[in-house]
Amino acid sequence: MATTAPLTTSLPRSERRQRGWHRAISPLVLLLAWQLASTTGLLPVETLAPPTAVFDALWTMVADGRLADAVGISVQRVLAGFALGASVGILLAVLAGLSRAGENAIDPPMQMLRTLPHFGLLPLFVLWFGIDETPKIALIALGVAFPLYVNTVGGIRGVDPKFLDTARVLGLSAAERLRQVILPSALPSILIGLRLSLGVAWLSLIVAEQINTTSGIGYLVSDAASFGRTDEMVGGLLIYGLLGLATDALVRSIERKALQWRLG
Amino acid sequence: MATRLIPPPTATVRGVRRSFGGTPVLDDLHLDLVPGELVALLGRSGSGKSTLLRLLAGLDRPDAGQVTVPGTVSVAFQEPRLFPWRRVGRNVELALREGTRTERRDRARSALAEVGLTEKASVWPVTLSGGQAQRASLARALVREPELLLLDEPFSALDALTRIEMHALVLDVWARHRPAVLLVTHDVDEALTLADRVIVLDQGRIALDIAVRSARPRDLHSPDLVEHRERLLAQLGVELPGRVTA
Repeated sequence: MATTAPLTTSLPRSERRQRGWHRAISPLVLLLAWQLASTTGLLPVETLAPPTAVFDALWTMVADGRLADAVGISVQRVLAGFALGASVGILLAVLAGLSRAGENAIDPPMQMLRTLPHFGLLPLFVLWFGIDETPKIALIALGVAFPLYVNTVGGIRGVDPKFLDTARVLGLSAAERLRQVILPSALPSILIGLRLSLGVAWLSLIVAEQINTTSGIGYLVSDAASFGRTDEMVGGLLIYGLLGLATDALVRSIERKALQWRLG
Repeated sequence: MATRLIPPPTATVRGVRRSFGGTPVLDDLHLDLVPGELVALLGRSGSGKSTLLRLLAGLDRPDAGQVTVPGTVSVAFQEPRLFPWRRVGRNVELALREGTRTERRDRARSALAEVGLTEKASVWPVTLSGGQAQRASLARALVREPELLLLDEPFSALDALTRIEMHALVLDVWARHRPAVLLVTHDVDEALTLADRVIVLDQGRIALDIAVRSARPRDLHSPDLVEHRERLLAQLGVELPGRVTA
């Protein structure tokens, strides 16, 4: 199971800021070296465009609206695939987590399917769903469902039985028990699943957009590739990265708000 | 305390047997709890105290015999068991099944006021001290106005001073609401300070049942309480090296 960064680091703020500053040096040096290698001709532009050219290309794509279109379509794909995969993953996890029968029925096939590398299913998806939006969304949904399923089931099974006893003596109904005790208790682990699954969602998007795409960031990149435009290609990859960072930051801020009770 | 003939019992345990893995923990146990009576249940570890409490709380079923409890039973556990993800006020509200949201909130607030935690309704449980959390747990148990209040060693994890305050608080709320109380404890002095009746559980049966008639607040050094104490300790199998002078 992959891990994620802790909620908060234990370092004091000033020290953290100082360390942050120190840690910025080596990436900047690498960026500078990349730029120098390009301007001195060591790194030909056909192999890799210099950072300045990448930013220029991005700027042009922003100005002519191509970037906004592409990002809009890619984000839509991720949202649709994520919504589908997350609903199925969490629903199955709740069913498997709450009853022995549900667990026996759902968990074995889920654990078996989980071991399949889901990118390997892409050709099959193309066969089933054609080459338009459906296989892309299905691939993302499949990638999203498993990390959420596994972490949600783990969270539900990890609920302290003492809290379940307490819920019983308080007379909570099954629905209240789920809402007031089981889901809040499982939430930290569900949120870990959420972060992992969003990572997988972007990764699945990149893979899905390699196949016969006529729109989205993947199209931007493959179109640039056919013209040998390494600046636009790197620019597109950069956008993928930034979008991944943005959703990760979003989940982190949800974590900070939703798990406030841990710190008081 | 009035004679125990008139009121019908609040809770009854009739010939109850409960075993775990073939070992009987409770064996043909009989017990009546009378309305308004504060009963302390003593016993060594493994004597079946917690098993009896779980049966009365409806968390477990007997293998044989009958357990009858009133409509509203509340439990306060050894650890406060507040849900850490709900604010203190919401934790108390969760004990209430009836009424509008506002009514429940008001009742929760007044229950918290009763245990001296008025200003803690909107904080997270993690910010409470051990004693405050135990008081909040007591408020959650009391807010339903239970006919039977089960206290499972609720003071054992508290420091000595906080425990004294909690004793006074329990007597205070008990005097006001008069539920039947079953207090599970392993502290003989605590039992003698609080209870009308002290029961010793041994090998799944009631081995000793003493009525304590002294008025409260009690002086544990008074002759009759010293005598009770010696009987209880002897029943619990505590060997004292020589006489302890009072």
